[in-house]
Amino acid sequence: MKRSVISVLALFAASPAIAGRGTDGELRILYWQAATVLNPYLSTGAKDTDPASMVIEPLAVVAPDGSFQPRLAAEIPTLENGGIAADYSSVTWRLKPDLKWSDGTPFTAEDVAFTAQYCMDPEFGCAVLQEFEGIASVDVLDPTTVRLNFSEPKYPPLQAFIGGRTPVLQKAQFASCLGAAGASCTEQNFGPIGTGPFVVTAFQPGDVVQFTANPHYRDPNKPAFATATVKGGGDAMAAARTVLETGEFDFAWNMQLAPEIVAPMEAQGKGVLVASFGPMVERIELNQTDPSPTLPEGQRSTMARPHPFLADPAVRKALSMAIDRQLIAELAYGPSGMATCTIVPMPTAYDPGNNDCLQQDIAGANALLDDAGWTKGADGIRTKDGVELRLLFQTTVNAVRQDEQSLVKQWWSEIGVATDLKTIDNAAFFGGDAGSPDTRQKFYADAQMFTDAFYIPDPASFLNKFVCDRIPTAENQWQGQNSIRFCDPAYDENMALLHQTAEASKRQEIAKEMTATLTADGNFVLPLIHRGMVSAHANSLTGILANGWEGQLWNVADWSRAE
Amino acid sequence: MTERQEQLNTQELIDETAAPAAVISDLPPDNPQVAGGETRSQWRDVWRQFRSHRGAMVALVLFIGVILFVAIGPYLWTIDPTYVDIRARNSGFTAAHPLGTDQLGRDMLARLMAGGRVSIAVGLTAMIIAIFIGSLIGVTSGYFRRLDAPLMRLTELFLALPLLPLLLLMVTLFREPLSQNLGPAMGVFVLIVSAIGATSWMQAARIVRGDVLGLKEREFILAAKSIGTPSRRMILRHILPNVLSPIMVAATLGIATAIITESALSFLGLGFPPDFPTWGRLLYDAVDQMALYPSRVILPGLLISMTVLCVNYIGDGLRDAMDPRIRGR
Repeated sequence: MKRSVISVLALFAASPAIAGRGTDGELRILYWQAATVLNPYLSTGAKDTDPASMVIEPLAVVAPDGSFQPRLAAEIPTLENGGIAADYSSVTWRLKPDLKWSDGTPFTAEDVAFTAQYCMDPEFGCAVLQEFEGIASVDVLDPTTVRLNFSEPKYPPLQAFIGGRTPVLQKAQFASCLGAAGASCTEQNFGPIGTGPFVVTAFQPGDVVQFTANPHYRDPNKPAFATATVKGGGDAMAAARTVLETGEFDFAWNMQLAPEIVAPMEAQGKGVLVASFGPMVERIELNQTDPSPTLPEGQRSTMARPHPFLADPAVRKALSMAIDRQLIAELAYGPSGMATCTIVPMPTAYDPGNNDCLQQDIAGANALLDDAGWTKGADGIRTKDGVELRLLFQTTVNAVRQDEQSLVKQWWSEIGVATDLKTIDNAAFFGGDAGSPDTRQKFYADAQMFTDAFYIPDPASFLNKFVCDRIPTAENQWQGQNSIRFCDPAYDENMALLHQTAEASKRQEIAKEMTATLTADGNFVLPLIHRGMVSAHANSLTGILANGWEGQLWNVADWSRAE
Repeated sequence: MTERQEQLNTQELIDETAAPAAVISDLPPDNPQVAGGETRSQWRDVWRQFRSHRGAMVALVLFIGVILFVAIGPYLWTIDPTYVDIRARNSGFTAAHPLGTDQLGRDMLARLMAGGRVSIAVGLTAMIIAIFIGSLIGVTSGYFRRLDAPLMRLTELFLALPLLPLLLLMVTLFREPLSQNLGPAMGVFVLIVSAIGATSWMQAARIVRGDVLGLKEREFILAAKSIGTPSRRMILRHILPNVLSPIMVAATLGIATAIITESALSFLGLGFPPDFPTWGRLLYDAVDQMALYPSRVILPGLLISMTVLCVNYIGDGLRDAMDPRIRGR
């Protein structure tokens, strides 16, 4: 294998004028969180799905502007080309002809149908099952045509097999991994056979993945690199140094570092930072139920106990008004974040466009609380009917977030709200372990801060998180996504309406109204920063196109080295 | 034999036994208490010896200085260590902020004083707990042969336990009940101190056991045993004073470890809340800005190393002072 690569290299080195496959040597990528599995159906973390996206591909991806771009599909299904049924009850995908897997066997519609069956198997526990929601059956019409039938008209119809989180797996390889066997198929999950530009040659979970160029890739001139290495480990700071200061690596992912630290490194001229803006928003969620530790387990943070003061709209609004979002953006994010007032910043057609919150108004917030009957005590903390405005504010361990916490605490103290801070390890906070008191879903605090995002440009499935049914409770093992315990019948009605509406402009109207209910009007969620995903790459690396919707390696096939 | 001969013999015997008595011919004075001038207690002796250890004296003065800095300082320099003043962020050494400010404009001098209180308290308390458990187990297992094996296996068990998952578990289980009963800061303090103490006594236990095993074979122990000294008095009177020096050394090293472990815990989000400065947290927070603002790393780092070094020197001096073989030399 190695010898053939070297001979290919030698061949092309002799004729440098023709840029072709494998001419640019090795691509060295650093992910400071290491991949543990290369199957996105088992793990949705970017550390796993990004390296996997170099190997296995979906039918289509989301382009930086939010439009769809075909990958394995010949074209994007629309109403006009008949791909989307007139009644929205099915979607027909036509695949590119003559595609081959990296082992040389043909890629067919059977593989697509198999992948859907694989993920939807109730025994399996698919990590991205919600993307396949509403699919009743999958029909293979001919080797290059596959139809997804929905149990009822589905809006938006294009969801499964779009984006790096739902790639197509090879039926021949995964046939024995259906159902409960899925998680234990180590060989398959660690080295999936794909159609993408690279092939896995070695994988050490938690450390390094090595690739070589796929000899059967559909574009004979790509990828430009003969081999690729995705190394894991370290932290964001060390990763930034290896790319920007020492040049050991070509590309490093997720540089959440304070701007004043990175700027001098970038000034050395070895590499640059690229921010790709998608739908990622850093937000503060306000708990609508009482998380007080004095309550017995089973009542704490449940609908049985409304929150003593965050249920008051005036308090929520005052908390929002007191925050100077622009200052947070400037101090903690620099070019990688912008102050925002919405949780659906992209596509802009869905943004309610209410930017009043960008202006900090401490005096206004104080007046609002005074009018609402919250009076300042001797210690400067407001009370009303014996309830003190004191809240517990939790977030994950991260230097930037701790700075944000300190700032927000200070501003809230200026309006008479006392804040206790708490930090939680990332793994515990996002782990979703029903036994842990520290998960985002359990929300045993009054306010919490984290970043959330969605993956296809229509926010319907994202907004669906805030319906009454999705409230985490002990009964559903604290698995619901509605961590703020927001429950409003009008919102649920709008959600149902959104699920039945096809027309884009109408959908946008409804989605805007729903977003506004959550943010500017209701202040249940306080959006702070529209975040970009920041990566660092060496100046010699070209072809990188920032895309906030897909993984950072989404177009790695187009990357090359400029001398 | 003649009578004369008998007399001579008796005189000879008397001379023989009484001859040395003639050397100390003076009778004891009427009041023996004034005999040696002033009385000398053991601790005064130790202090006299300690004072002659120059390094230890310098360390003691510095250590008292640090204690005063963190204990009295906040009453003299009254800026709130958590007050965010954005306009003064990243300020250098100025009159308003003698040691500058951090990236959010919090006063470094105030933060160092507040942080030192926590760090020193954590270091000392955790050390006391660890040393207490460590010497208890070490002496018991060294002195009582029957308990040796089980206690040493227990020590090995603790040594083999992965520290971090254990601490994670302790925090998950006890953080909430403790914060409820003792308040958030005090609850975390008790949790961290006992967590560090309970997981760092093993080295001390092993060292002490080794020394006790050696001591047990010494003549003075055998002598004490032969006159029927009970075990309790044996340990307190004869064993413990003689293993004090290794315990002292372990204790001084323990303070350093406790301060560092606390900072690692805070960094992982298991320690004090983020608005609760400690030296370790200040150090970790500033690591990213090390190249730009070196003073933010150097100051807390200097204080940590100075404290640890001082405690080490004091321990060294105490060890020398308490050793009767070295004392007086």
